[in-house]
Amino acid sequence: METKAFQKIYTKITRITKATCSLRATGVGNEELATVDGKLAQVVKIQGDEVTLQVFSGTEGIPTNAEVVFLKKSPTLKVGEQLAGRFFNSFGEPIDGGPVVEGEEREIGGPSVNPVRRKQPSELIATGIAGIDLNNTLVSGQKIPFFADPDQPFNQVMATVALRAQTDKIILGGMGLTNDDYLYFKNTFSNAGALNRIISFVNTTEDPPVERLLIPDMVLTAAEYFAVDKNERVLVLLTDMTSYADALSIVSNRMDQIPSKDSMPGSLYSDLAKIYEKAVQFPEGGSITIIAVTTLSGGDITHSIPDNTGYITEGQLFLRRDSDIGKVIVDPFRSLSRLKQLVIGKKTREDHPQVMNAAVRLYADAANAKTKLENGFDLTDYDERALAYAKDYAEHLMAIDVNLNTDQMLDVAWDLFGKHFTSTEVNIRQDLVDKYWRK
Amino acid sequence: MSTKGIVKGIISNLVTVEADGPVMQNEIAYIQLGDTKLMSEVLKITGNHAFVQVFESTRGLQVGDKVEFTGHMLEVTLGPGLLSKNYDGLQNDLNKLTGIFLNRGEYNFPLDKKTLWHFVPLASPGDVVEAGSWLGQVEENHQPHKIMVPFAFEGTYTVKSVAKEGEYTIMDTIAVVTDADGKDIKLNMIQKWPVKKAINIHSEKPRPFKLLETGVRIIDTVNPIVEGGTGFIPGPFGTGKTVLQHAISRQAEADIVVIAACGERANEVVEIFVEFPRLDDPHTGRKLMERTIIIANTSNMPVASREASVYTAMTISEYYRAMGLRVLMMADSTSRWAQALREMSNRMEELPGQDAFPMDLSAIIANFYSRAGYVYLKNGETGSITFIGTVSPAGGNLKEPVTEGTKKAARCFYALEQSRADHKRYPAVNPIDSYSKYIEYPEFESYISEVISPQWTSLVNDMKTILQRGKEVNEQINILGDDGVPVDYHVTFWKSEVIDFTILQQDAFDKVDAVTSLERQHYMLNLVMDICNADFEFAGFVDVMDYFKRVINVLKQMNYSAFQSPEFNAYETDLKNILAEKTI
Ligand SMILES: Nc1ncnc2c1ncn2[C@@H]1O[C@H](COP(=O)(O)OP(=O)(O)OP(=O)(O)O)[C@@H](O)[C@H]1O
Ligand SMILES: [Mg+2]
Repeated sequence: METKAFQKIYTKITRITKATCSLRATGVGNEELATVDGKLAQVVKIQGDEVTLQVFSGTEGIPTNAEVVFLKKSPTLKVGEQLAGRFFNSFGEPIDGGPVVEGEEREIGGPSVNPVRRKQPSELIATGIAGIDLNNTLVSGQKIPFFADPDQPFNQVMATVALRAQTDKIILGGMGLTNDDYLYFKNTFSNAGALNRIISFVNTTEDPPVERLLIPDMVLTAAEYFAVDKNERVLVLLTDMTSYADALSIVSNRMDQIPSKDSMPGSLYSDLAKIYEKAVQFPEGGSITIIAVTTLSGGDITHSIPDNTGYITEGQLFLRRDSDIGKVIVDPFRSLSRLKQLVIGKKTREDHPQVMNAAVRLYADAANAKTKLENGFDLTDYDERALAYAKDYAEHLMAIDVNLNTDQMLDVAWDLFGKHFTSTEVNIRQDLVDKYWRK
Repeated sequence: MSTKGIVKGIISNLVTVEADGPVMQNEIAYIQLGDTKLMSEVLKITGNHAFVQVFESTRGLQVGDKVEFTGHMLEVTLGPGLLSKNYDGLQNDLNKLTGIFLNRGEYNFPLDKKTLWHFVPLASPGDVVEAGSWLGQVEENHQPHKIMVPFAFEGTYTVKSVAKEGEYTIMDTIAVVTDADGKDIKLNMIQKWPVKKAINIHSEKPRPFKLLETGVRIIDTVNPIVEGGTGFIPGPFGTGKTVLQHAISRQAEADIVVIAACGERANEVVEIFVEFPRLDDPHTGRKLMERTIIIANTSNMPVASREASVYTAMTISEYYRAMGLRVLMMADSTSRWAQALREMSNRMEELPGQDAFPMDLSAIIANFYSRAGYVYLKNGETGSITFIGTVSPAGGNLKEPVTEGTKKAARCFYALEQSRADHKRYPAVNPIDSYSKYIEYPEFESYISEVISPQWTSLVNDMKTILQRGKEVNEQINILGDDGVPVDYHVTFWKSEVIDFTILQQDAFDKVDAVTSLERQHYMLNLVMDICNADFEFAGFVDVMDYFKRVINVLKQMNYSAFQSPEFNAYETDLKNILAEKTI
């Protein structure tokens, strides 16, 4: 970033910590950008004439006489059609060797949509995966994370979902992505011939962690451009939000804020909500749907990061290895799409809600039977049937390699009910049983 | 001359202002930023420095920017036209804001100055009146909206004149009153009130006792709430707090419903925007939106106005209660409000209490809940605010400051349980841990024996005993195995399952099942308890399960059928036949 003539240059830093440096300066705005020794920084605190700057890449090697230049603006992104197909870093600078994008410069982290200007989400997003479409149907304008252990194939499932979904743009925000995962996304998208509708902002594990704090706002500024200005359906992928939250805690701890649970800042809920609430359906047809990844540590969902996320998002998807079939399934118990009732039985067949619930209830019966078995008790005939059903259910519906349309999924479910149970055991409204029960 | 100030420091939305005159705690100040003014509230004063929380983003704010103090605290404007409005936490009318995005510094007048209201006088010249006295009324969405002597008026006044029946705007003078010094004061239809102060214009606040019908069986039958009562719904994420609150706000027998969406999802508010204008109030047949006011401060809206939003909602509720109406207020989620308090308190470097919440959190919560209640107005009429808040405990652990603080303040406890939600046993209210303190009130018992039946209370107690027994027996079966216990144990367990599936579980998304009238709740409880009190004979435990699954299936079909419709009656006949097979 070149220095303009009228800009005043400061060269006397009075205090340096791991993430921040302070100096005496006037006429500086809150959240304004600056460069310190050429490194990008942002104003986080002003006290009289003392200004504190957060240096994104860390303060290593910054001397007290470093040049500090204020840029008279907060972080921005240049938006335009040219964003499509490009790869950028946290600052919105190209990392694919291509030219700098020209377009309208917009502040990132802009204001929220007036709730009365939103439309209620109503468009189903089909993924072919029954663990999603049947049990946890996604709707455009929704925000939903995968809660997954670091070793689970969440990035693969997310890429599959992104490519199968009917959308105009896919915007990937990679935070603390390993280089291998970055290349995985890049290759998967280009092999699918989809690169021209994909935009990526990537911070890898090789980049300074604090920089990744800019990624979601960059991604969502681009998303709002396409959804608002172009009325496009935008799917945003954020992986991994745990890395993002970790970066938040690094910054807040270094700024001596009182940490709340799990060393996270007290504002974690609001910080995450500001990102996820950018998911929206507009009446004019544009939409932003957010699918994120929150990696868990030791499967603990009571940790502050997944816990706060769960309170913000519209459901969550859990992956689990099913030992009966040796495959990864979308866990029918803990997974939930809150918006599914807006579309199931309305945009899908009438029996969808009841079939979905009955199928999960019967799967729960199998889980109880399994507990009995583990405790060394005899199984009843019903228990045996429930166990057999559970195996079929996992194999033919819940496994992530399933690719069916929702009518087919419902048909498979009725087949399984008929194969293992009597109609009174499934507890479904009589008129639906009369119509769909396999004789 | 009003006090002015200059910005001296900025950390996020906490701004230090050097003031040139007197400043009041909680005073509202506007900070000039370019062409816009940002609203803020004084939180702390030391010397000539005021610490203000800005209700908006402070991006771009600089040291030296100008500040103007207003001389008043955060206020709401009260008058006809509040109903059906969608406000933000500071009472800006969201529908009047132009543009897709909420641009900072855009504020507007919350009512409509041009609308004509049909005014009917209630007071006459010579009447002695005081704060809250009814001067006249207009019809607002088919409800009598009383025009009152402003709540801030002290002492008594004499009515000099009242406008004749006719059409007036809220700005027109509708009465002139004379104060003790002989000074005439003109009154129009609006008044202002600072949200943090309770409106206390009633003569008495007795213990509430009238059942508030919600149509939700696990509340009305099991742990009822009353008009003017307080309750809270804690639960881990996704266990059904919002669905339950929405069901209550759609179905409850209230005149006015005030919904504070406090730091939760925008899509959930949009759901109300879409559904309430369409859905009918089950008690009056009018559209739900006509009786509803929404205060939306969703999680992405400015954090500082989250706190304001619940107070704004409570003050509006108090205003309608003063008209002798039954108000139901909901806040989802009070935890987000507590978190906003925590953020500010941390920024001001106050000594933190448990989990870094402010030390006085539980006093703040108690004070807020105490604003609800059933009151006798000075004219002998009654009014009520029933308040139900949700709590979102961190990690789903109920031993945390917000849940514990609320438990001390609220009289009904509806604990949502993860495992019930996981098993889709909705509403996931734990029937054993939850409680309603109102059941213990003799006033309530005599009321309920009149409106339902004298046997009701003991019937409900018997039901709870069976649920408790069922739970214990189930634990034993799990330890000893199905055939390690007598067959009787299985019968007891399955009787509790009949109660669970028929009375407790209720599908909020099924047109028929969603709302159950009191009459129907009475009918179904009798039916279920007859089954529970009957003796059955079974050869072995497998038969017990098969048999009761059939019973449950028929009862569920009844729940899905319109009350006493031909299908309903046909299922009931089926049920009788099934019961005849095994009862002895
Ligand atoms: N009574 C019910 N009938 C059917 N489904 C329900 C019921 N209650 C809850 N659910 C299901 O549970 C989901 C989550 O419910 P809800 O949004 O009310 O949870 P919550 O407790 O408010 O969560 P959060 O704390 O994250 O806001 C709903 O989307 C719905 O699928
Ligand atoms: Mg909720």
